[in-house]
Amino acid sequence: MNSRTFQLAVVSAGASDPSSTRLLADRIAAGISRRAGQRGHTVERTVIELRPLAAEIATAITSQLLGPKMTEAVEILAAADGLVVSAPVYKARPSGLFTSFFQVLDNDLLIAKPVALAATAGTSRHALVVDEQLRGMFAFLRTLTAPTSLFAAPEDWGDPGLTGRIDRASVELVLLMEADLASAVRQESWGSYSHPLGGHTPDVAIDLESDLMRLAAGGSLNDRGPRGGATVVG
Amino acid sequence: MQFGIFSVSDITRDPVSGVTPSEAERIDAVVTIATHAEEVGLDVFAIGEHHNPPFFSSAPTTLLAFIAAQTERLIVSTATTLITTNDPVRIAEEYAMLQHLSKGRMDLMLGRGNTAPVYPWFGQDIRQGLPLALEHYNLLHRLWREDVVDWEGTFRTSLQGFTSTPRPLDDVPPFVWHGSIRTPEIAEQAAYYGDGFFANNIFWPKEHYIRLVNFYRQRFEHHGHGPRRQAIVGLGGQAYLAQRSQDAKAEFRPYFDEAPVYGNGPSLEEFSDMTPLSVGSPQEVIEKTLTFREYFGDYQRQLFLVDHAGMPLSMVLKQLDLLGGEVVPVLRRELAAMREPGVADAPTHAARVTAKYGDAAPRQPRPNANRGDNVTGQSPYQDTESSRLATSPAL
Repeated sequence: MNSRTFQLAVVSAGASDPSSTRLLADRIAAGISRRAGQRGHTVERTVIELRPLAAEIATAITSQLLGPKMTEAVEILAAADGLVVSAPVYKARPSGLFTSFFQVLDNDLLIAKPVALAATAGTSRHALVVDEQLRGMFAFLRTLTAPTSLFAAPEDWGDPGLTGRIDRASVELVLLMEADLASAVRQESWGSYSHPLGGHTPDVAIDLESDLMRLAAGGSLNDRGPRGGATVVG
Repeated sequence: MQFGIFSVSDITRDPVSGVTPSEAERIDAVVTIATHAEEVGLDVFAIGEHHNPPFFSSAPTTLLAFIAAQTERLIVSTATTLITTNDPVRIAEEYAMLQHLSKGRMDLMLGRGNTAPVYPWFGQDIRQGLPLALEHYNLLHRLWREDVVDWEGTFRTSLQGFTSTPRPLDDVPPFVWHGSIRTPEIAEQAAYYGDGFFANNIFWPKEHYIRLVNFYRQRFEHHGHGPRRQAIVGLGGQAYLAQRSQDAKAEFRPYFDEAPVYGNGPSLEEFSDMTPLSVGSPQEVIEKTLTFREYFGDYQRQLFLVDHAGMPLSMVLKQLDLLGGEVVPVLRRELAAMREPGVADAPTHAARVTAKYGDAAPRQPRPNANRGDNVTGQSPYQDTESSRLATSPAL
């Protein structure tokens, strides 16, 4: 296996300082670095704390304007080979700050990127939030989520089981980053996803061969294109 | 280069006085604003189209015909005319009529409209908004260029032997701008037909618009209308002016803070940094507007939004005095001095007549006689080419 340098983006929505949400994220990131190191790789870690971005996230969700800190966060995510995302659980859901941050990103920003999912809560009764809430949102964003979910309630911090799960998820994430599906998808089938023009994902080509482009250039929806069977798409 | 103003026709409570104008007051105010735009030396007045409160402009050609009748130089236009929910046949007829009455002092800008319920109110489906817009314009383009149109499409009942009346003034179709923020198909259609492309250039950072304008220029050249610098680009922008910068910010802030599109979001200062909004002294607005050329290249039309968010008429008229008196003359001079050679002039009816006919007399279609059943038979006009005879639908 060729040795590589992975860019790891760590997103933490912990609201206090120090925060257990950030602590969990850091432990996962450390696990990833260790496991990657054992396989001959280097990991460069960039942390995106959402608390200082709170005002810009609110602006982005109400007026679609990205401020300078949000723009920087998007650039970090665009360049990342893998992500660790860590959310505090409020009222049986990942915090609104965490959810809002990912809701304002372009749909194509994270396609096929590996993501380790993590959450913390005040009680173990919230343990399924990672699988039932986070996993669904990151499926919508078409990321590759690590199979092992990470969750820490107060009692987990004294339980070696958490350390074992962190290590397992770390191995999974390193292997997913090695597979580098995101780059392969970008080369093989990037055009098959819809991309917002003027969005924040670089290198999006405009497809001049679509049925709508033919209609724009004086054609008709009844014309048959090279693929046969023009369809009207909304 | 043409300078003007565009209005969305909103009727909004004045957050300072607390007064919401009546529809009657606001409609009268907009006529005053448009005529004053001519008085202060601006070239263009454009109005939006909406079919729900709190907007009044459901019938733009009626308003624009009235304004054209009260002015002598002003070009009246739209921002935008809904190419989706309007029947393109009615657009062809109404705007050709406006073109005759204004003696060619008009053009129009097409847009899709983003008010979801308007589509079903007019029997359309917003999910088909883009193909609807593209197909409708393909038809509209023919209706103004062919005496007799046979047409079949997906969204509208087919046409057999149809003639849109009146034919365009001097048989030169109204100039069309295609407005779009982030839809490459609209830019492609503008480029394919050699029409104008307009980026509204408010609300979002300039980067949002630059890519599409560049794409339009590149495709304009691809489709054989000339080099990309000859493409016809229009830009919006929003400005608020006072002699002193701090007065401009203080006067505009209550309107900004409560504007439906701005309020409760970023501050006036943040918004001014991130978007083309310029609030300040004439010199500050001049400097910011001059940056548009650096980003988008030489362009043909600049429209400012100056009358929304409940600003009272007296305030808007003062804005026009400053815009026409201190800002636009400097912009005209500076932009003319920097203009690259070979850049297209802003479109006017007179220039388009000359381009089509040279020194020859323009075509003036004269109908053939009523056959007795209120149609002219196969040939609508005395000089209609015989290859374009009508085949009327079987009854």
